[in-house]
Amino acid sequence: MERIPILKMGNFLLVTIQVDMHDRLALALQEDLTARISTTSARGVLIDISSLEVVDSFIGRMFANIAAMARVLDAATVVVGMQPAVAITLVELGLSLPGVRTALNVERGMALLRTSLNVPEEGDASGVP
Amino acid sequence: MPAESHDTLNIRSSADVVSVRQAARALAERVGFSLVDQTKLVTAASELARNTIDYGGGGSVRLELVENGVRRGVRLTFEDQGPGIPDLALALKDGYTSGNGLGLGLGGARRLVNDFTIESSPGAGTRIMIARWK
Amino acid sequence: MSSDNGSKVPALLKEHEEELLREWVRDQTQALATQQGRVTETELREQSREFLGLLRRAAQDGDLTDIRGSAWQEVLQSLASLSKARARQGFTPKQTAGFVFSLKRPLFSILRREYQGDPAALGEETWTITALLDELGLHTTDAFIQSREEIISRQQEEMLELSTPVVKLWEGVLALPMIGTLDSARTQIVMESLLRRIVETGAEVAIIDITGVPTVDTLVAQHLIKTVTAARLMGADCIISGIRPQIAQTIVHLGVDLGDVVTKASLADAFAVALQRRGLTLTALRPRA
Repeated sequence: MERIPILKMGNFLLVTIQVDMHDRLALALQEDLTARISTTSARGVLIDISSLEVVDSFIGRMFANIAAMARVLDAATVVVGMQPAVAITLVELGLSLPGVRTALNVERGMALLRTSLNVPEEGDASGVP
Repeated sequence: MPAESHDTLNIRSSADVVSVRQAARALAERVGFSLVDQTKLVTAASELARNTIDYGGGGSVRLELVENGVRRGVRLTFEDQGPGIPDLALALKDGYTSGNGLGLGLGGARRLVNDFTIESSPGAGTRIMIARWK
Repeated sequence: MSSDNGSKVPALLKEHEEELLREWVRDQTQALATQQGRVTETELREQSREFLGLLRRAAQDGDLTDIRGSAWQEVLQSLASLSKARARQGFTPKQTAGFVFSLKRPLFSILRREYQGDPAALGEETWTITALLDELGLHTTDAFIQSREEIISRQQEEMLELSTPVVKLWEGVLALPMIGTLDSARTQIVMESLLRRIVETGAEVAIIDITGVPTVDTLVAQHLIKTVTAARLMGADCIISGIRPQIAQTIVHLGVDLGDVVTKASLADAFAVALQRRGLTLTALRPRA
């Protein structure tokens, strides 16, 4: 079974979801992310869903789970690029995403992660790891 | 209500849930639904397909293009031979959960479609029909 | 699979096709005398001939008393396209339904000749045909109305685009000034368009100004709240401004819960809040000496 790739960008992990995920793939992503956060001591996870056309309650729960597990490992989670149709549908479904911050795009998402963690950009000489 | 075209899919595995989503999307596009309406229908289909596996032990869905006079729409009928839902009124209430997680999602799915009917009782399986009209 | 209702109509339609066509087209031409130029007699004859052919096949294969059967699909589709074409060409609904209803007279003449001496059977057949043609005539009316509704709805959308522009107030700040009465459909369209613009421009703050809206009902209030919630899910914030006292009263009266949606009395106040959110502030220029 293919797995969704996780990229490391400095202190953060970046995941881009481009396929219509089946449940097992989603669960695998949850596991892989948790493992990667642990091994890399990442401080933030950015999930790009700008290509995702459907988010149902299972996928919504997945995001909430990822955010909860990341938090336990002292990392923040930001979901970016949600399509308007998806947002409208989630509201109708009555689904909120507890513990999940959101941003309009990757750039804003990164900024959000940085400010929320007070983590400086790479190359900063302030000495914070 | 004559149906112009139809398809029946088995729902046994999580890959099947994806197939149901894609089939529903294709039909919705054919009827000419707006993107938002397509997404609502496909999301409702996804919820119900998953329920068929999680609570019904697997089943099937019949997808149809339907007409009512000059209106066109898409109708999906989910069926399973599972244990059935003992208290329908309760299951349709928002926030109801019989397992872990957010529950059956029936109330939410109902809000995403125009027509929603459900027949279910212990020992008789479950049948849920949803439809969205243009 | 021919129906077994003992009607002679299918056979009669075949036997007297030319006579029917001639009489029917003549009656139609008379009725449409004022529509010269919109449809030529040749076109009319072709449309009528095609319809008679379809009608005959459907009457043969299907049930004369139930046009929902599959045998009648082609007839219904053909009538629907004819109606929509006529709607576009400027015919009235009566003139469009008249296409079907004007078939009664020539058809009844033939029936009368055929059933001379058998009034009971004549009565039966006449009723069957009347009911059938009435259904078909009404079907054209449905299609006509739907066509008009599609045109109106398209025009409304165009007007909507023009009358409710989403404007950029500042980098990352959009404003949506709404004017006039809001109905559920309009609000939905406008809201979807706002969310799309938020994605396109990457604006993190959107101000929905309802200064120009005289009243708001529960449905509209709910749409507004849903839009704000959706925007938040996407990663943007909405501020609702310009709530007049009357609307504030209505909202409380209706028991609508605004939750934590930020509201401001004026667009100016909302703009100030938006700037703050973006980490900006306005400073006065140093006065010239």
